[in-house]
Amino acid sequence: MLTELTVAGALKALKSGETNAVELAEAHLRAIEALNPRLNAYVTLHAEQTLDAARESDARKQRGALEGIPLGLKDLFCTEGVRTTAGSKILGNFVPPYESTVTAKLKAAGAVSLGKLNLDEFAMGSTNSNSAHGPTINPWSSDNRKLVPGGSSGASAAAVAARLAPGTMATDTGGSIRQPAAFCGVAGIKPTYGRVSRWGIIAYASSLDQAGPMARTVEDCAILLREMAGHDPKDSTSADVPVPDFATACGRSVKGMRIGVPAEYRLEGLSPEIARVWDQGLEWLKEAGAEIVPISLPHTKHALATYYIVAPAEASSNLARYDGVRYGLRVAGQGDGLNDLYERSRAAGFGAEVQRRILIGTYVLSAGYYEAYYLKAQKLRALIRRDFEQAWESCDAILTPATPTAAFALDDQPSDPVTMYLNDVFTITANLAGIPGISVPAGLSAEGLPLGLQILGRPFEEESLFAAGAALERAANFTAKPGMVA
Amino acid sequence: MSYTIDGWELVIGLEVHAQVTSQAKLFSGAATAFGAAPNSQVSFVDAGMPGMLPVINGECVAQAVRTGLGLNAEIHLWSRFDRKNYFYADLPQGYQISQFAHPIVGKGEVEITLADGSTKTIGITRLHLEQDAGKSLHDQHAAKSFIDLNRSGVALMEIVSEPDMRSPEEAGAYLTKLRQIMRYLGTCDGNMDEGSLRADVNVSVRKPGEGFRTRCEVKNVNSIRFVMQAVEAEARRQIEVWESGGTVEQETRLFDTGRGVTRSMRSKEDAHDYRYFPDPDLPPLVFTQDFVDGLKAGLPELPDARRARYVAMGLSPYDAHVLTLEKDTAVFFEEVAQGRDAKLAANWVTGDYFAALNRLKRDVSDSPVSARHLGRLLDLIADGTISGKIAKDVFEIMLEADEDPAAIVESRGLKQVKDTGAIEAAADAVLAANADKVAEFRSGKDKLFGFFIGQVMKAMQGKGNPALVNEVLKAKLQG
Repeated sequence: MLTELTVAGALKALKSGETNAVELAEAHLRAIEALNPRLNAYVTLHAEQTLDAARESDARKQRGALEGIPLGLKDLFCTEGVRTTAGSKILGNFVPPYESTVTAKLKAAGAVSLGKLNLDEFAMGSTNSNSAHGPTINPWSSDNRKLVPGGSSGASAAAVAARLAPGTMATDTGGSIRQPAAFCGVAGIKPTYGRVSRWGIIAYASSLDQAGPMARTVEDCAILLREMAGHDPKDSTSADVPVPDFATACGRSVKGMRIGVPAEYRLEGLSPEIARVWDQGLEWLKEAGAEIVPISLPHTKHALATYYIVAPAEASSNLARYDGVRYGLRVAGQGDGLNDLYERSRAAGFGAEVQRRILIGTYVLSAGYYEAYYLKAQKLRALIRRDFEQAWESCDAILTPATPTAAFALDDQPSDPVTMYLNDVFTITANLAGIPGISVPAGLSAEGLPLGLQILGRPFEEESLFAAGAALERAANFTAKPGMVA
Repeated sequence: MSYTIDGWELVIGLEVHAQVTSQAKLFSGAATAFGAAPNSQVSFVDAGMPGMLPVINGECVAQAVRTGLGLNAEIHLWSRFDRKNYFYADLPQGYQISQFAHPIVGKGEVEITLADGSTKTIGITRLHLEQDAGKSLHDQHAAKSFIDLNRSGVALMEIVSEPDMRSPEEAGAYLTKLRQIMRYLGTCDGNMDEGSLRADVNVSVRKPGEGFRTRCEVKNVNSIRFVMQAVEAEARRQIEVWESGGTVEQETRLFDTGRGVTRSMRSKEDAHDYRYFPDPDLPPLVFTQDFVDGLKAGLPELPDARRARYVAMGLSPYDAHVLTLEKDTAVFFEEVAQGRDAKLAANWVTGDYFAALNRLKRDVSDSPVSARHLGRLLDLIADGTISGKIAKDVFEIMLEADEDPAAIVESRGLKQVKDTGAIEAAADAVLAANADKVAEFRSGKDKLFGFFIGQVMKAMQGKGNPALVNEVLKAKLQG
């Protein structure tokens, strides 16, 4: 089955001539055709374009590092000539006249785009059900119980799990790669802030947003990240640091590596299943030669509040450009003035969660509230960053659960947004501190749903994450497959 | 004597927006030429397209630092960009990138010169970099507004003064000086009619000895003359409010140039809450002292230094001031004066030359006479080829076609006659024709000497060498 191939496996098969790019693309397009109506992962498909790209790839003499590999793209990456929606009505049928740096690099490396993947609107959410395109369904769902795939990159995770792509491009602002990876039983890494260019990715919260890959193996994530990463002069926050061969790090031993266990992450009421997987993960790393050290990240309890001030504040400003004037949705009545145009277009174009975050963000930046909210949050953010800097004195990486629970049912979603925000409790600190984090599938819950572990590391030391992540992966030997699979 | 209106003192501060002279915009590579077709100089960044990011233009930073140095100001090696959030159709991002909390340039000062020759120092509070917005055109269609984004993202320097000015004249002199400094530096072209330089004028009034009273801001005044008029109009309005027992409310006003009055634009209650916060797309702007020192070493001579140098060359302080007001004028003057008598050059430039410009409605940048030719004319006077009087005629001819004055003198036979024989012949003829006047002169009417000189020069069509004519006549009359 060509759809069973990992990125590394497909590269090998392409190289040996066992298969070609067209066959690979066709196999995945067939799988998408069969399963997508149920999963609602892809929101834009362009089969002709995909096959043309595959044919060109097969004809290419100069082979790129991802030559012929089909990939799905979260619909937050601007793609030249292909509709880009951010999961929002406000963008209408916006077709960018430019290509994001990440997707341009992947194309240049020979990758073939399968289409654009669903997401929570403007990457705001943990369920992929805040989307103008409707919810994406977790392929681990059973017939009588539809599960969420997590969010905001829910479809990017679901597509990989259901074998609708060997790898996908996603973004992570508060856990949007790692949480859905855990919910869908796949691997995903949020790199260090600045590792991957943000140019051409529709912004949610600029100081937190970072793109990363999702795939079925840690090694695949390493292969994809290498092609995505690198300095981009068009993004002033992009770091000018060398990009190592991450895949090599997957084979590196963890012997002597000090793995920190933060006391503050052992939350009251943490599900026993999650606690068990966490302990199991520590045991595996210990067996592989790592040293387990208790650490403290004392400001963890403020992370959620800090995030839900900083991210909405930036979002309220970043989303001001969607005003119905130049592109996307415009709703205007006869005789409407400019303010009517703004109000009607934005009221009709933005979903409830986006509106909520714009309102929160506008509020925390307002005169008289700025000091109490935004400025205070910035101070806490500095303290959270310092927590990690101090932790690195006694450990090289940190192991935590990726999520507080396994995937929950679409119908069981907490109606209270604050309860919903708790989903990000383990992942959010990495975005606030700008450090890398990887989520790796580590076991199954009693209900047979995937559970993930997260490894955090020092800035620009993704190699430690790949080494420890691959060690966990080997020990966990996670071979379970979702019910809905190509 | 300080300036007052009906016993009220004026307190004036200016916020000047100066468009940075640069090839590209502040955060995008788009061009900045004035007068291009609408929406032809717009990048995806300037249009606020999804996913676009700003990247600082280093040349705009250098221009701001140069300007700061020209204002004798502190240069901040660490500064930061903030977002100023508000909705408007010609603001595509929904926010303006500006420097609110940490400007690139801090406190400085400039010296202004007033009409009576006195000088005064005006404090500069800060200078910061920011993006300009696009333009809304409301007069192109009956029911629609058109938007031109060419100006969107163009770099501006906002220069804020201390409330140090006390009269319309001082406000005018300050803006003139600011423009002069930036034109010398080449950091802003200062063309107010093209909108490259605009001023927001803050005005309050008080009784001498009082603290500050409430001020009002008059927005977007676009000429030096209007700034002076707006100051006076707004001051008079406030005085009337106070004197009729009312209270001046803080507000933003506009100057109606047609009627010469200010009118309310928005009150303090309607003021925007701009929700400033650090722009997360841009790291702090950091540079080294070496960078600043390098720019400092490359700065051109500034007007104050130039003026001092002219005074040292022997010019009057007034001539030095007038000649340095515009850099183009100073450059023109220096070319004329190069290797010549500076005082004579100054007299010619500020005298006949300026008069001619006025008369022809031209300026130095499109001068009817080149500095090289004007210099040659001075050479012809200095070496006695022509008299100062003939030089004025030659200059008039030069205005028509900017010919080499030597060629004009040659082709029109204007060369001074130094041949004593010819002068003697002319003198003899004049004396013979005016025997009565000769007798009067000899009986003591000395003043008639001038009459004889005039007659001889007239007979020689002005070409007689004045010294020789003088000498010959003196000898003949006294002989």
